[in-house]
Amino acid sequence: MSVLQTFEHLDYGPAPESPAAAEAWLDDHQRKFGLFINNQWVTPLEPKYYPSYNPATGEKLADTVQAGQAEVDAAVAAARQALDIWANTPGQARARYLYAIARNVQKHHRLLAVLESMDNGKPIRESRDIDVPLLARHFYYYAGWAQLMDTELRDYQPVGVVGQIIPWNFPLLMLAWKIAPAIAMGNTIVLKPASYTRLSALLFAEIVAEAGVPPGVVNIITGSSQAGTMLVTHADIDKVAFTGSTEVGRILRRQTAGSGKKLSLELGGKSPFVVFEDADLDGAVEGVVDAIWFNQGQVCCAGSRLLVQENVAESFLNKLKKRMEHLRVGDPLDKCIDMGAIVDQSQWNTIDSWVKIGIREGGEVFQPNIDLPKRGIFYPPTLITNLEPAAEAVQEEIFGPILVSLTFRSPSEAIELANNTRYGLAASVWSENINLALDVASKLKSGSVWVNCTNLFDGASGFGGYRESGFGREGGKEGLFEYLRTAWQERPRPKFDLNAASERKSSWGAYTPARPTPPGGGGMDDGMDGRKSARIDRTPKMYIGGKQVRPDGHYTRAVYGPRGVLIGQVGDGNRKDIRDAVEAAHAAHTAKPGWAMRHAYNRAQVLYFIAENLDARQDEFAKRIAAMTGRSHKSAQLEVQAAIERLFTWAAWADKYGGALQETTLRGITVAVNEPIGVIGIACPDEYPLLGFVSLMAPAIARGNTVVIIPSQKHPLSGTDFYQVLDTSDVPPGVVNIVTGDRDHLVKTLIQHEDVDAVWYFGSAEGSYHVEYESASNMKRTWVSYGIERDWLDPYQGAGHEFLHEATQVKNIWVPTGE
Amino acid sequence: MPSKHIRNQTIPLDLGWVMRARVNRSAVERRVATLPTRRAIKKDWQAAWLLRAVTCIDLTTLAGDDTPGRIRRLCAKARQPVRPDILTALEISDHTIHVGAVCVYPSRVRDAVEALRGTDIPVASVATGFPAGQTPLPQRIAEIEQAIEAGAKEIDVVITRTHVLTGNWQALYDEIRQFRQTCGEAAHMKTILATGDLATLKQVYQASLVAMMAGSDFIKTSTGKESVNATLEFGLVMARAIREFWERTGSKVGFKPAGGISHAKQVLAWQALMREELGADWQMPELLRIGASGLLTDLERQLYHYITGRYAARHHMPMG
Repeated sequence: MSVLQTFEHLDYGPAPESPAAAEAWLDDHQRKFGLFINNQWVTPLEPKYYPSYNPATGEKLADTVQAGQAEVDAAVAAARQALDIWANTPGQARARYLYAIARNVQKHHRLLAVLESMDNGKPIRESRDIDVPLLARHFYYYAGWAQLMDTELRDYQPVGVVGQIIPWNFPLLMLAWKIAPAIAMGNTIVLKPASYTRLSALLFAEIVAEAGVPPGVVNIITGSSQAGTMLVTHADIDKVAFTGSTEVGRILRRQTAGSGKKLSLELGGKSPFVVFEDADLDGAVEGVVDAIWFNQGQVCCAGSRLLVQENVAESFLNKLKKRMEHLRVGDPLDKCIDMGAIVDQSQWNTIDSWVKIGIREGGEVFQPNIDLPKRGIFYPPTLITNLEPAAEAVQEEIFGPILVSLTFRSPSEAIELANNTRYGLAASVWSENINLALDVASKLKSGSVWVNCTNLFDGASGFGGYRESGFGREGGKEGLFEYLRTAWQERPRPKFDLNAASERKSSWGAYTPARPTPPGGGGMDDGMDGRKSARIDRTPKMYIGGKQVRPDGHYTRAVYGPRGVLIGQVGDGNRKDIRDAVEAAHAAHTAKPGWAMRHAYNRAQVLYFIAENLDARQDEFAKRIAAMTGRSHKSAQLEVQAAIERLFTWAAWADKYGGALQETTLRGITVAVNEPIGVIGIACPDEYPLLGFVSLMAPAIARGNTVVIIPSQKHPLSGTDFYQVLDTSDVPPGVVNIVTGDRDHLVKTLIQHEDVDAVWYFGSAEGSYHVEYESASNMKRTWVSYGIERDWLDPYQGAGHEFLHEATQVKNIWVPTGE
Repeated sequence: MPSKHIRNQTIPLDLGWVMRARVNRSAVERRVATLPTRRAIKKDWQAAWLLRAVTCIDLTTLAGDDTPGRIRRLCAKARQPVRPDILTALEISDHTIHVGAVCVYPSRVRDAVEALRGTDIPVASVATGFPAGQTPLPQRIAEIEQAIEAGAKEIDVVITRTHVLTGNWQALYDEIRQFRQTCGEAAHMKTILATGDLATLKQVYQASLVAMMAGSDFIKTSTGKESVNATLEFGLVMARAIREFWERTGSKVGFKPAGGISHAKQVLAWQALMREELGADWQMPELLRIGASGLLTDLERQLYHYITGRYAARHHMPMG
C-alpha cells in the first residue's frame, strides 16, 4: 500500500534514469575498448586491460587498454600526419567539423550523460544539465573562432601536435575544454582521459568519427600515468595541456622544461566563498551547496573555504546546517538526489583522512543525519567549523564534499584571508552592496570571481588559475592563445644537452665574483670620448626601491668592449640584492596607491615621460651602445630611437588592454579583466643592450607589474645608465629595480624566489631549461627564449601581442543582474 | 482546519527586522530553476504526492458570471474531486478525499455553504476589495464581517499594494492587523500580497514578514488577476520568509500559491519547494493551499495514467 503510506508521510522515492542505452553501447563493444587512433579502434597485439567500475555499485563496466610506448607513438604519429592538412584546412571548413561535433553531442546528449554518471558517480542531474550542455556549448563557441581565425587571427598559426591529459572529475567537460580550442585553431591532438573515467571519452571518440572529422585530428588513448609521461615527453609533441592536481602539474612542468613545448596547466584550488553581513543569506546558503556539494566536492574550483562575516556567522551556519539536512545522497542515476558517489575508494580514503586531520586540529565536524546508500562509495556532506587558517585542513585541497569555515571582521580582513592561500583558481563573493562586492572581486587573487553566484562556466569565458592553480586559460578568446603561436615564430628546438643540464641543476648559476683587473689587462675607456686621462670613477650601482645602492656583496664586475678593452664596471649582484629588489618590487604594489592600482592614464604618462627623457639623452645612450658592442654609431642610434618608439608603444597600450565583456549565457555581466601578474623578474638579452631592456621592462610596467630586471650580462651599462632616466621620469620607487651581475646566478635566485610571480628569461637554451624546471616550486609563469634570438627591432617580434599576453593574467568576474 | 494547529497570533511590528531583509534575484532564480531538477517525483510517489495535492486545492471560482448553479457544480467536484474508480484502483477509497476549501466571492458564500453542507470542507471568501483593494477601509472590513456572517470559515484578504510600494510598513501592518481582528476566531485569514504588483523580490519578503507579524494564518501570492501570478520565485521568497518567521517566533504560517497553476508537473515543483525550504508539514492542507480551478482535472488525468498506463482524455474527467 505504498501510495497510501506515502500519501500520509510524503516521502521521496527513487526516480531512476534508465541505463539501458549506455549498457547497450558497452555491449556493442563487448565491454572491451581499444584506442582511438586515426578514427579507428586499435588494439595492441598483446593488450593489457584496465577495468572501469561504477563507483555507485562497484560493478565493472568495461575494460580499456593500457597504452604503451608503441601505442603512444602511433597516436602521436597519426596526429603528426594529420597536422599538415588540418592546419591548412580553411578555418571555415574546420568550423563545420566543430559544429558537427557540437550537434552530434546534442543528439547523443542523454547517452553521454548517463554513461558519464555511471563511470564517474556524478548525479545525472549534473551530467545532464551541466556537463553535457557545456560540452556542446564549448564546441559551438570554438566553431565560431575556427570560422573567424583566417581573418581575425592572421598573425597566428597553430602550435602543432598537442598532448592533452584530463582528470576524472569532469571527464567530458575537460575533454571539451581541451579539444575544442585546439582543433579549432588547426592543431591535432592526442588526449588521455583519467584512469578512473575513460569511457565517456571513448564514446565521444565515436561522435567525432560520426561528425566526419578527418582521421588523426582527434586521437584518444587510454593508459596509466606512465602513458601520460610518454605522451608529455614525446619528442614530437609541440604542446602539453593538463588539468589535474598541482602536484602532477609540477611534475609536468619539470618533465617539459627546456623542451620548447608550450604548456598550460589548470591545477588545484582552495577557493574562498565570502559571505558579507549584507548578503542574501538564504541565497548564499544555496550558493554553498552549489560550491562544495556540486560533483561531491570533487571540483578544482570548489568553494571549499567558507569565510563569513563574524556578526552573521552563527545565523549563517545554522541555516547551512538545516540546509544540509535536506541534501540527498544516492544513486547517481536517481533524479531525486543532490550528491552521487565518490569516484573511487582511494579518493574516499583521502577525503576521510582529511576530515580526521580536521578533527585533530580542533575542528568541529557537522554531518547531517541523512541516509547513505548501503553499497557503493559515498561520503556525506561535511562542514568543519572552529578551524583557523593555521590548520592544514584550511590550507590544503581536500577534493571532496568537505567545507571548512572561518570568520572575518571587515572587508579588508576578508580579502586578506581569502588571498591567504597558495592557490588562486576561483572565488565567490556574496553581498547586496555592489560597491563592496566589486571592490572585493577586484582584489581577490583568482582567475574566476563569481559575485552572488558560484561555479558558473561558459565557453565564452576563460577559466584558469593564478598562483599555484596554474597558468593558461580555457574558454573565451583568451583560451585561444594556448593553441596558437605567432606567425613569425617557429617551434623552438632548443639545443642543449638535457642529461648534462639535468645533472647540473644544483651547480647551475654558481658564480665566483670578479677580481680586479690584472696589470696590463686593459686600460679604462668610458666609451664616451676616448680620453685616457685620469678621471673621476663612475661605477654604477644597483637600482633598488628608487635608490642607487651598492651591491650587497661589495663585488664589482668589469665590463669590456668589443676589443677586450675595459669600458666600465658594474656591481656584481648576489642573492641578497635580488631579495632586496623583490621586496622593493612588492613595496611598489603595497604603496598607496600601488602601481597596479594607479589608473592607466598615470602609467601611460610615466612611460611617455621615460621616452621623453631618453630622447633628450639619445646621443649619450647611442655612444654607450657603440662602445659596448662595437656596432656603428648609426646602428646604435637606431637602437635608441627604437627604444623610444617602444616606450611610446607601451605607453599607448597602458590604457588599451583592460579586458572585455564576455558574451556568456549569464544574464548580467561577465567581464574579463587583464590584471597584472605582480612582480616579474626579467633577464635581458645580450643582443640589444638598450632595446632589449626597454622592450621587456615597458610592457611589464605598462600593464601594472613591477619588475626586477637584470640588464644584459655582457653589455649592462645601458641598463644602469637607464636608472638616471627612470629617476627623472616620475617612476615610483620599486616599480623598476635593476640588478647587474651574472645573469644565471641572479636568475636562479629569482626563479627560486616564491614571492616572484613570473620570470622572463632571454638567455641560453640550458638556462631556459633550468628556469622552467625551477619555476615548478611555486608554479610561477615563465617566458623563456630557449637560447633563440629574436629581432628586437621588428615590431612584431619586439612588441607584439605576445608581450601583452605575458604581462597579464585574465580574471573573469561574473556579476548576475536583476532586482 | 484541524484544531491541533496553533494559529499564528499578531505580534508587534518589528521594523528593524523588516529593513534587514535581503533578497538576491539571480540567486532565487537559480534555486527555483534547479530545484525541480533535483527532485523528480515518479511512480507510486508521484501518485501519492498528486493525491495529496488534491487535498490542498482551494477550488476557486472568482468570476463576474458566477451563479448559484456554477457554485453547486464546483462544490460537487470539491466533494468528489477524484473519480471513484480511480480511488478504488489506488486502494484508498475508504479515505475521504476532498479539496482543501472552495473559494468564492463574498456574494456567493451562502451558495457554497449550502452546497457543502454535511461535509467539513470550509468555504473561503475573498474580501477587502478583492482584487485591487482600492476601496475605503470600512467597506473592506465590512466585507470580511459579511463573508463570515454568511458562513465563510476562511477569508482571503488583499493588501493595499500602495503601502508596500511606498514603504509604508506601519500602514500595511495596521491594515492587516485590523483584518485579522475582524476575522477573530471565526475565520482563518490568508493574506494576498499580489506579488505581481510589487516592485522587487525584497518587497515580497518584507511584505510577507509584515503580514505574518500582523497575524496572518497564511500568506498567499496572488489574486489571479495580476499579470504575473504564482511563480516559483515568489514562492521561494515567501517560503523563506515563513521559515525565518517560524524560527524566530515559533509560529507556523501557511502558504498559498494561486494563479496560473494548472498542471500536475507544476504542482510537484511547488510541493518540492515546500518540502525543501520548509518541511513536510507545509505539504499538508493545514499549511499549504493551492488556489486553482483547472488544475484538478490535470491531477485526475495523471492519477488515471498512473493506474492504467494510458494518457487520459480531459473530457473523461467530470467537470467542476
